[in-house]
Amino acid sequence: MKRIISLTVQDRSGVLNRVTGLLQRRQFNISSISVGPTETEGISKMTLVVEVEDEQRLEQVTKQLNKQIDVLKVSDITDKAIVARELALIKVAGSSQLRSEINGIIDPFRALIIDVSKDSLTIQITGRPDKIDALIDLLRPYGIKEIARTGLTAFLRGHQPQVNELTTYSQIK
Amino acid sequence: MKVEAKPDFQTSTAPKTGADLLIDLLINEGVDTLFGYPGGAVLPIYDAIYRARGTIKHVLFRHEQGSIHAAEGYARITGKPGVVIATSGPGATNLVTGITDAMMDSLPLVIFTGQVARGVIGTDAFQEADVMAITTPITKHNYQVQDIADLPRIVKEAFHIASTGRPGPVLIDIPKDISAGELFETPEEGTINLPGYQPTTKPNPLQIKKLADAISKSKKPVILAGAGILHGKASAELTAFAEKHKLPVVTTLLGLGTFPANNPLSLGMGGMHGTYAANMAMYESDLLINIGARFDDRLTGNLKHFSPNAKVAHIDIDPAEIGKNVPTNIPIVSDSKEALIELMNQTSESPENEEWLETLNKYKEEFPLWYKHDPNGMSPQWLIEAIHKVTNGDAVVTTDVGQHQMWAAQYYNFEKPHRWVTSGGLGTMGFGFPAAIGAQMASPGSTVVAIVGDAGFQMTLQELSIIYEQNLPVKIIIVNNGALGMVRQWQELLHGNRISESILQTQPDFVKLAEAYHIRGLKIESQEELITKLPEVFAYDGPVLMDCRVLQQEKVFPMIAPGKGIHEMIGVKPS
Repeated sequence: MKRIISLTVQDRSGVLNRVTGLLQRRQFNISSISVGPTETEGISKMTLVVEVEDEQRLEQVTKQLNKQIDVLKVSDITDKAIVARELALIKVAGSSQLRSEINGIIDPFRALIIDVSKDSLTIQITGRPDKIDALIDLLRPYGIKEIARTGLTAFLRGHQPQVNELTTYSQIK
Repeated sequence: MKVEAKPDFQTSTAPKTGADLLIDLLINEGVDTLFGYPGGAVLPIYDAIYRARGTIKHVLFRHEQGSIHAAEGYARITGKPGVVIATSGPGATNLVTGITDAMMDSLPLVIFTGQVARGVIGTDAFQEADVMAITTPITKHNYQVQDIADLPRIVKEAFHIASTGRPGPVLIDIPKDISAGELFETPEEGTINLPGYQPTTKPNPLQIKKLADAISKSKKPVILAGAGILHGKASAELTAFAEKHKLPVVTTLLGLGTFPANNPLSLGMGGMHGTYAANMAMYESDLLINIGARFDDRLTGNLKHFSPNAKVAHIDIDPAEIGKNVPTNIPIVSDSKEALIELMNQTSESPENEEWLETLNKYKEEFPLWYKHDPNGMSPQWLIEAIHKVTNGDAVVTTDVGQHQMWAAQYYNFEKPHRWVTSGGLGTMGFGFPAAIGAQMASPGSTVVAIVGDAGFQMTLQELSIIYEQNLPVKIIIVNNGALGMVRQWQELLHGNRISESILQTQPDFVKLAEAYHIRGLKIESQEELITKLPEVFAYDGPVLMDCRVLQQEKVFPMIAPGKGIHEMIGVKPS
């Protein structure tokens, strides 16, 4: 199962290496990882999407991450009410004649064409990973030349509703 | 011959450097001994050591691996961090085995490695190695100093991290221009700033109550005592608690001595070469109380068959150990001593477990450890018993890994804690002898015996220089079977008796070797010889090496073959 793990870390040299090295050493697969500064200077946030087999392995990875001295907080936010976003840049083959057709496809996704050249168009899309996957599928017939994705970043929504069925809020399966 | 270093010039009045500051900080931390080896990138540090001579002792080992294993021995005996210094590149990489060993066995170390100057880091400079990347997975934490002003904080944090919570090695990589850098003003005193490191030491009272109730209700309780008892200095509390509720105790390899082997409640060591009673107690138990052990695979055997009917309680200061290998019903994150004190304060009833104790006593009587006396040679097990006798069971015993280690664990009945120094988790050959040097330095008044294999000893024997130079009365017992004994045993039992590359066809003359290093050496080939020489050797106030020739074919039993369950021991009785 895929889980979204949010880490608050000290922004010190080597911290990314510590986290990825640990996951590799304990044989956890990283689907994506994104890192960036937070509202507090010297503190960064990492969002990991990892593939884990079961609850016990999930608990183990969380505990091992927590043991790192530079890691301040670890939370598995998969089943919480969260906002989760990824950005993707997709370069599609085609001349400017295709623009209106492509625009028609990407419009419902609230994506934008941000670069045009003689033989390609670049589309920017932001959203949940499944939405990005869906757009990529639609664009595939036009010939995708290149894709760059940032990986998921996420945090908790401002309000956590009281729910019994927590899995309802799962962002990724 | 002894070489006295006589300086023929006066100490210069050079300005204070980063290295001088470092030495001051070490003295402030109460460090009395440095285990080290100089080299280009640590020359400024050695300059500072020179200037500080008389205030801090440095011991020059003959290989960095020797220095770090000695520091581990020192840490195991004192509980204080062992302090190691090595140069950049090869100096640092030679430490890797020792650092990993300390990480696996939770030994506090603070390691200083030199690094090339900041300006050339990353350029593949002479003797440059990426020590930070190499040691990240094998240290509890590591630092590279980027600013002299950070040094006081980093040193303070390193000692704090190494010695608190679950202890472990911490490495500080110091670029040469930092240690050589002049100090224009004394940096402020370091303050610990570790928001991400706050080990839990006090147990949750509800969990303690839960465990106390489970104990009352249990019919077949058993305690598993690990090295966490040593780190928590909780042996007395463990004994009192076990006796209060009549709880039988199994110890792990590293936990030997945490509970007296001669106590009627002691079942001895559990695991691959543990006693029948210990392993069957864990197998049949309905309540397994693990205190400070990490359910290593050499203890549990096949997890499917480990304590299948037991409720498992696990007290550990490291939350990541709880539930890692064995599902746990009652997790308690705590220091072992704090938890045992709280458990003692509970007013719950003792369990009704007379029947259980009777069963276990029957196991002990029916399946004790055994070996055959051979009229043609010396049994290694008998050798260990003879050492136990001559040292009144009160020596500090160090070992490498393998057959001799298991025999020492089985037959040197440890009655007190902090007497047993062995490489458990990593299983490092060449550990025992240098560790004995560190143990003897930590405890000059103790009898220290390095029980080593003939193969392992040859991996670090260059440190014979140190016991002569420092006049350390370490007694080296080579359990010499002319083989990589445990490898040979597995080949015999599990690989169709194909003895592949595990016999040492040639060996040095160990007696002459000892003499070449200016220490006494003896070769012992029979039991009679041993009986006459042993008291003499132990009465002698200096180092002695004894090359004891034992039967090559002897095997360690009982044994749980790999993949088998804890109840599937072989060799529980003489065949």
